[in-house]
Amino acid sequence: MCLAIPGEIIEITGGDPLTRMARVSFGGVVREASLAYVPEAKPGDYVLVHAGFALQTIDEEEARRTLELIAQMGGAEEDGAS
Amino acid sequence: MKHLEEYRDAGRARALAAEIARTVTRPWRIMEICGGQTHAILRFGIDQLLPPELELVHGPGCPVCVTPLELIDRAIELAHTPGAVLASFGDMLRVPGSKTDLLAARAAGARVAMVYSPLEAVRLAAQKQDQQIVFFAVGFETTVPGVALAVREARRLGLRNFSILSAHVLVPPALRAILGSPQSRIQGVLAAGHVCTVEGYEDYEPLAADFGVPVVVTGFEPVDLLQGILLCVRQLEQGRAEVENQYARAVRREGNREAKALVREMFEPVDRKWRGIGVIPSSGLALRPAWREFDAEARFALSTGAVAEASECISGLVLQGAKKPYECAAFATRCTPERPLGAPMVSSEGACAAYYRYGRHHV
Amino acid sequence: MSDFALSCPAPLAQHDRVLMAHGGGGRLMRELIERMFAARLDPQHETDAATLALGGKRLALTTDSFVVRPIFFPGGDIGSLAVHGTVNDLAMAGAEPVALSAAFILEEGLEMETLSRVVDSMAEAARRAGVRIVTGDTKVVERGHADQLYITTTGVGVLIHDGELAPWRVTEGDEVVLSGDIGRHGMAVMSAREGLTFDSEIVSDSAPVHREALGLLSSGIRVHCMRDLTRGGLASAVIEIARAARARVELDETRIPVREDVRAACELLGFDPLYVANEGRFIAFVAEGDGERAAALLPGGAVIGKVKETGSGVVTLRSLIGAERVLDLLSGEQLPRIC
Repeated sequence: MCLAIPGEIIEITGGDPLTRMARVSFGGVVREASLAYVPEAKPGDYVLVHAGFALQTIDEEEARRTLELIAQMGGAEEDGAS
Repeated sequence: MKHLEEYRDAGRARALAAEIARTVTRPWRIMEICGGQTHAILRFGIDQLLPPELELVHGPGCPVCVTPLELIDRAIELAHTPGAVLASFGDMLRVPGSKTDLLAARAAGARVAMVYSPLEAVRLAAQKQDQQIVFFAVGFETTVPGVALAVREARRLGLRNFSILSAHVLVPPALRAILGSPQSRIQGVLAAGHVCTVEGYEDYEPLAADFGVPVVVTGFEPVDLLQGILLCVRQLEQGRAEVENQYARAVRREGNREAKALVREMFEPVDRKWRGIGVIPSSGLALRPAWREFDAEARFALSTGAVAEASECISGLVLQGAKKPYECAAFATRCTPERPLGAPMVSSEGACAAYYRYGRHHV
Repeated sequence: MSDFALSCPAPLAQHDRVLMAHGGGGRLMRELIERMFAARLDPQHETDAATLALGGKRLALTTDSFVVRPIFFPGGDIGSLAVHGTVNDLAMAGAEPVALSAAFILEEGLEMETLSRVVDSMAEAARRAGVRIVTGDTKVVERGHADQLYITTTGVGVLIHDGELAPWRVTEGDEVVLSGDIGRHGMAVMSAREGLTFDSEIVSDSAPVHREALGLLSSGIRVHCMRDLTRGGLASAVIEIARAARARVELDETRIPVREDVRAACELLGFDPLYVANEGRFIAFVAEGDGERAAALLPGGAVIGKVKETGSGVVTLRSLIGAERVLDLLSGEQLPRIC
């Protein structure tokens, strides 16, 4: 369940916390999403969006750590650079 | 796409699969809760990369699959009600109720609008003030915060023509019911990453302890799933039963505080019937009295009464991980995506549909 | 020639009404075509265009109806689509398109300005494709009985080579060549649909492909069968040929080109790019050894798979992570999902 996709906040529109919206870019495709549940999010942040709502900001540090851990766990092969 | 494609990398996937093979010394049964995870496993063929000792069992995490027949019938009734429009996510449109589904109902004249977000349904209500817009609120904890905000928005706008038909369900009670069942042979669990994005994973700590089962909060991409499986298998081999978080980039232990707070303010737990499984106490959500005016079941007089499932459908056993889709006598013969007997064959991420679509007709 | 169908087609009893899925390019549509139409009429099977021998000349004949919504979308409109679609069907049979007819069903209340734009677009598309629209028909129906307008084009062309292009010519070792990246049309149309709006630069790939397709033939590529991708996407086209040819086809997902923004749009809606509509792409099954040369002749072309053996018609896909799965037709159109 729960198709949620990470996207980058391009621009924030709208005032009070519960009606705050943003234009979010998903690999070049831009769609509006509600930022009501990520009040601290700002342009440039990546957020996880489900059914038009950002549910969490992506923690860049954790993401980096995850990929590092994966590399250690598997002794990652050379193909697969990103 | 950043934070997505890195987790589809073939090199990383194969390296993790090799490590899993090196780690496994005996058979283990692991359940992945979420239908989206099932879908990814079959679509990318992850199970084919795993050693034969590892069995993946598919859980009930498909809110579409578990929505009871009665609720679908009520949604169809609403769609046929003069002056009303039933707004629904695309997922629900082909799921059969006791007689028909929403798309077929539309072909017969019912008013059904497909929406992508609950906020769209509210906008529809604001635009068409002469019609009653009812939103079919399906989904696990991931989807509820959006619905809560939509209802709140409807109140802010003073809308009298918006309501929701709640089919929301909760994961922990279902997981407890499954693990607690005497037939359960599940030894490890991959928890649904996006549910945990909202709820966090504190709720799984007592479950892990009570049942002695490791729980790994896992994402949805092939590399996430393989890493989650590896973490789970390591725990099993080491005799541990803890809650771990593979999906750390998107999940915090306490979840999303604002979302949880608003949901708890507006919704309360109710007993809910799970299609194919039966009633699980306190496993559903309904609007609290202060918000009851937005509850379609209170606003409209809908038929009540239970409906029986097609007798051949063993979706309950499939959803509990007790049987694989191909073990059903009707699988791919009398039950296909075009003529489904039960929801897991229709839902885009139901186990039966996934097995059918990805050609898994046997072991 | 049979006067009546010897085997009564099984009634489509489980569906007593036509559903949208019957037009979706998937399994239900195939069933409808086979049981309702093919079983009672006498069409040439399994090809986009029928070939006829008339007075010493070998001709191709095809027809197609266009009901796309919205009628204007990034990269095209129902008019240009109506020209390209029929031109392409002729090209897939190996025919040089010569002339089209165009029949219009117009809804009462349709703005003349809108109709004007569509017809201008058709004229331009026909001019660029080098075909003439030589005859047509116009009907008007009451408001509410046609979604603004529907167009049907019928095309005739001249076969440019001696052999036949058809599934039965597909053989073991054949290579599957794709003419360019997939998914643009379907996602361009999605982006313009109300309520689902997203901003993107995805533009429909609607285009005439006869010059590229016929170019393969005239360059000496040993083409066995071609099919343009439309509704149902790449997967459906390959599956249909594989079944008709009783060929086991293996595709490699890593070799199928998809633009990043198309991929992203698919992720957003929960779509699989393999099943998304295209309007300016085709696949060609060519003899073993001709694949790379054919791909090089097509801008953005790629060799995406191979025929492993003949005997049973199955398509498998090697996924991004190297595991194999079977590709099947979907029941109907993909619907945006949140689960």
